[in-house]
Amino acid sequence: ERGHGPYQPHEPGYGLYQPGYSPYDDQMPDLNSQKLAIENAKAYLLESSTVSGLNLYDHLANMLTKILDERPTNAVDIIENISKDVKWAQFQKKMDTLRDEHEILPAFEAAEKRKALFLRANGEGAEELEEDIGETPLPNVMETAFYFEQAGIGLSKDESYHIFLALKNLVTVHPIQTCRFWGKILGLEMNYIIAEVQYRDGEEEEEEEAEEEEVTEEGEKGMGELEEEDEDEEKEKDEPPKSTYKPPPVIPKEGNGTGANKYVYFVCNEPGKPWVKLPPVTPAQIVCARKIKKFFTGRLDAPVVSFPPFPGNEANYLRAQIARISAGTQISPIGFYQFAEEEGDEDEDGGREIYEENPDFQPLSVAEMVDSLSSWVHHVQSILMQGRCVWLNPIQKSEEEEDEDDEDEEKEEESEELQQEVGPPLLTPLSEDEGIQNIPAWTAQPSTNLIPHHAAAILQSNRWPGAYAFASGRNFDNIYFGWGHKYSPENHSPALPPPVQAEYPSGPEITETTDPTVEEEQAFKAAQEKALAGGEEEEEEEEEAAEDDEEEDDD
Amino acid sequence: MEAASLPAGLELVAGGGVGLSPEKRAVLGSSLLLLQRDYRFERVWFWGCIQGVRGAYYIAEGLGPDRAAPRSRLYSLNCVEWNLLPPATKEMVAQAEQLKGRFQGDPSFEYANPEINAEDAEGLIEDGKELLIKEEARLVATIEQIDRAVGIIPRGAFVKTPLGSVHENRNFEGLSLTEAKKLSSYFHFTEPVNLKNKTLLEKADLDPSTDFLDSLEHDVPQGSWTVQLEKGGTVVVLRSLLWLGLTFYHVPMTKQYGYVYFGTGEKNLDLPFML
Repeated sequence: ERGHGPYQPHEPGYGLYQPGYSPYDDQMPDLNSQKLAIENAKAYLLESSTVSGLNLYDHLANMLTKILDERPTNAVDIIENISKDVKWAQFQKKMDTLRDEHEILPAFEAAEKRKALFLRANGEGAEELEEDIGETPLPNVMETAFYFEQAGIGLSKDESYHIFLALKNLVTVHPIQTCRFWGKILGLEMNYIIAEVQYRDGEEEEEEEAEEEEVTEEGEKGMGELEEEDEDEEKEKDEPPKSTYKPPPVIPKEGNGTGANKYVYFVCNEPGKPWVKLPPVTPAQIVCARKIKKFFTGRLDAPVVSFPPFPGNEANYLRAQIARISAGTQISPIGFYQFAEEEGDEDEDGGREIYEENPDFQPLSVAEMVDSLSSWVHHVQSILMQGRCVWLNPIQKSEEEEDEDDEDEEKEEESEELQQEVGPPLLTPLSEDEGIQNIPAWTAQPSTNLIPHHAAAILQSNRWPGAYAFASGRNFDNIYFGWGHKYSPENHSPALPPPVQAEYPSGPEITETTDPTVEEEQAFKAAQEKALAGGEEEEEEEEEAAEDDEEEDDD
Repeated sequence: MEAASLPAGLELVAGGGVGLSPEKRAVLGSSLLLLQRDYRFERVWFWGCIQGVRGAYYIAEGLGPDRAAPRSRLYSLNCVEWNLLPPATKEMVAQAEQLKGRFQGDPSFEYANPEINAEDAEGLIEDGKELLIKEEARLVATIEQIDRAVGIIPRGAFVKTPLGSVHENRNFEGLSLTEAKKLSSYFHFTEPVNLKNKTLLEKADLDPSTDFLDSLEHDVPQGSWTVQLEKGGTVVVLRSLLWLGLTFYHVPMTKQYGYVYFGTGEKNLDLPFML
C-alpha cells in the first residue's frame, strides 16, 4: 500500500511520493505477494500453542469481542487483565458443573436449615395457635432487639428473627415456663446462641430422672469392676501402704431451681440447629472458671486444657461462665421485683431467695435511670467464693463419713476455720457494685441525646464487657454479646502449680540427712580399718595368749 | 469499611453484637460525604468506634490517590463534627503502649504515667516535654497499632503500579469460597515486614502487582484469627483475637469487603493463655 499519506499541501513530502515513484517502491511487494504475506501472518497467528492449545488469532478475536461488548472505561490500562480473564474463561467451561456443586453445598445446607425454621411455623397447624395465644413463654425477641438497636447493640434483624423462630421451636418441644434470649457468646470455630429457660414445675423431674438413670447404670457397671479389682487385691498380701490423704470435701452443687442452677440454659450454634441443654453447674466448676481464661471453640464436647485443670469440658465451662455473667450483670429497675411477702423471716444463711414481680411498679424517668445507679438492682443472686449462692458448710455433710475415722479433733478445728461466706443480698442496688481501679462498674447513657422523649436508658457493664441492659418505661431486659470473659486491666497470670507435697512426715524415726561425701566416707573407712586392725592385734595377742596357755597346758 | 457500603457492611458484621444505632447510621451517611468534600479525600473509610468509659470515639479515615500512603484520621464524639488527629509518631506509640486500662471518653484527659518517670525522666526533662500523655495521643497511637496489626484486605483487591502507588484493582471480582476460608488470601494493609523473608520458591509464585503485602498466615501467635461463615455460609467473617472487636467481612465472589473496629481499644495480651 501507499504507506503514509495522504500528505497535505503544507506538509513536507507532498507531491514527492507518487505511486510508483516513492523511494521504497522496489522494496514493496506487489499485490500478490502482499496477499501471501497477509496469509503467512494469519497462519502464524492461527498457530496453536504447544502448551495450552490456544492460538493468538482466536484469543485476540475473543478479547476484542469482549471489549467491544462490555466497553470498559480506559480499556488500554487493563488490557492485560482482560487478556488473562479471557484465557481463564476458556478453562472454566470444562470444570464448571463439578466445581459449582462442591463449592456451594455448605451454603445450601445452611439455607435448608433456616428455611425449615420458617416451615414449621406453618406446618404445625392452627389448632395449637389457638391454645397458646393466651400465654406463651416465648419472649418478644424483636421488641427487645429494637430497644437494644437504639443503642447500637444487637445482631442484624435477619439473625434476630431466626433466633426468634428457633426459640419458638424450643418452647414447643420442651415444657417451659419462662424463656428468654440470654445472648450470644462468640467462639473460635462457631458461636453459641443461648436461651435461658425455666421449666414448668414438675416437668423437670421427669427429664432428670431419665438422665440420672443413665448415669447410675454407668456407675454401677464401674462399681462392679472395682469390686472385682478389690477382691483381687485382697488376695495379694503385699499391699502398698494406703495413702492417708483426704481430699477436701466436695461441695455439692445447688439443686436445680435454686441458686446458681435456678435457670436451665439451652445453646445452639446457629438458629436452625438443634438446641442442646447445658448440664447444671457445680461449685468446683465455678471456682475453677474464675482462675482460667480460655476462648470457646464452639464445640460443646471440646476439652478445656488449662491449669488448674478444669473439671469438665467446654459445655461445663460455658455453663460456669454463663452463671458468673448472670450473677454479675442481670439487673432490673428498682421496684420491678419485690420480695414475696410470705417469706418474712430471713433464713439462717441470710438473704431471701424468692422474688416476684411488683404489680405496683412505677417506672422512673429515663433521666433518673441514667443518672443514678441506685435505680437499678441485681435480681440474680451473686455467687460466693465457695461457688454457690447459698453457703454450705461442707463439714456437716460429711459427718457420716467421719464416724469411721474418729477424727473428732480435726473436725472441730476445721469448723472453726471455715467461716460462713456472705454475699450481697438479692435486689442490691448497683451503686454498691465495686468498680475496677478507677472505672465504675457500669456506664449509663441514654440511647439518644437528640430525642430525649423517646430515649431508653442503656447500661453497659465494665466488669463483664458485652453485658448490656436497657430500660424504657415498663420494658427492660438484659443481654450479653461477647467472648464470655471478665475484664481485668492487669494481664491474666495463670495459677502457679502448688508446692511439692511432702512424701512422709519428717520425725525422729525418719529424718532425711545429707549423704556423706566421698572424703567423709574414706575417713570413716580408714578409721574403721584402724579399729579393725587394732582389734585384730588384740585378737592376735589373745590368740597368742591362748596358744601360750594351751602350750602351758600341754606341758 | 467504605463509607458508601456502610449500610450493607454493618448488617454483615452485626454477628458480633455491637454496631451502630439507627441515629448514628443516618448521620454518618451525610457527615462522611461532607468530610470527603471538605478534606478532598478520594475515599473515606469508617474505621470504627472505640468505647470509652464515659463516651465513645467514632473514627473515620480518609485516603488520597495512593491508597497505601499514611491515612488521615479523624475522630468525632457524636458522628456530626469531626476533628483531624495528628499523624502517629513512634514516640507516641511507644508511650501509649505502656498505658493500660480503658479509654475515658474525654479527649483532653491526661494520664499520669508513673512508669515512665524512673527511666526516661532525665531524657524527657531535657527535651522539656511533659510526662503526661493526653488521651488524644493515646487514641492516635491505638488506631495506628490496630491498623498496622490487624487491618486487612483480601488478596487481589489492591494492585501496585510499577511507579509504586497502590490502587484498587478494578478486576477484583472477589475471592472464591475455598480461597476465602484460607488465611493466606488476606493481607495486612500496611508496610510489609515479612515479605523479604520468604523463600525463593515462594517468591517465584508471587505476583508482584498483587502480592506486595504480608499475608495473615504467619501471624504470631497462630490462631489469632477466627474465620467463620455466617448468615448461612454467604459471608466470610474474620475476627481478630489480638484486638478484640476488629471484624472483617467479605462476601465471596463479590467485591464487598471491609473491616471495622467496635471495641474498647485495648490489646488482648492474654491471647496465648486463652487459645
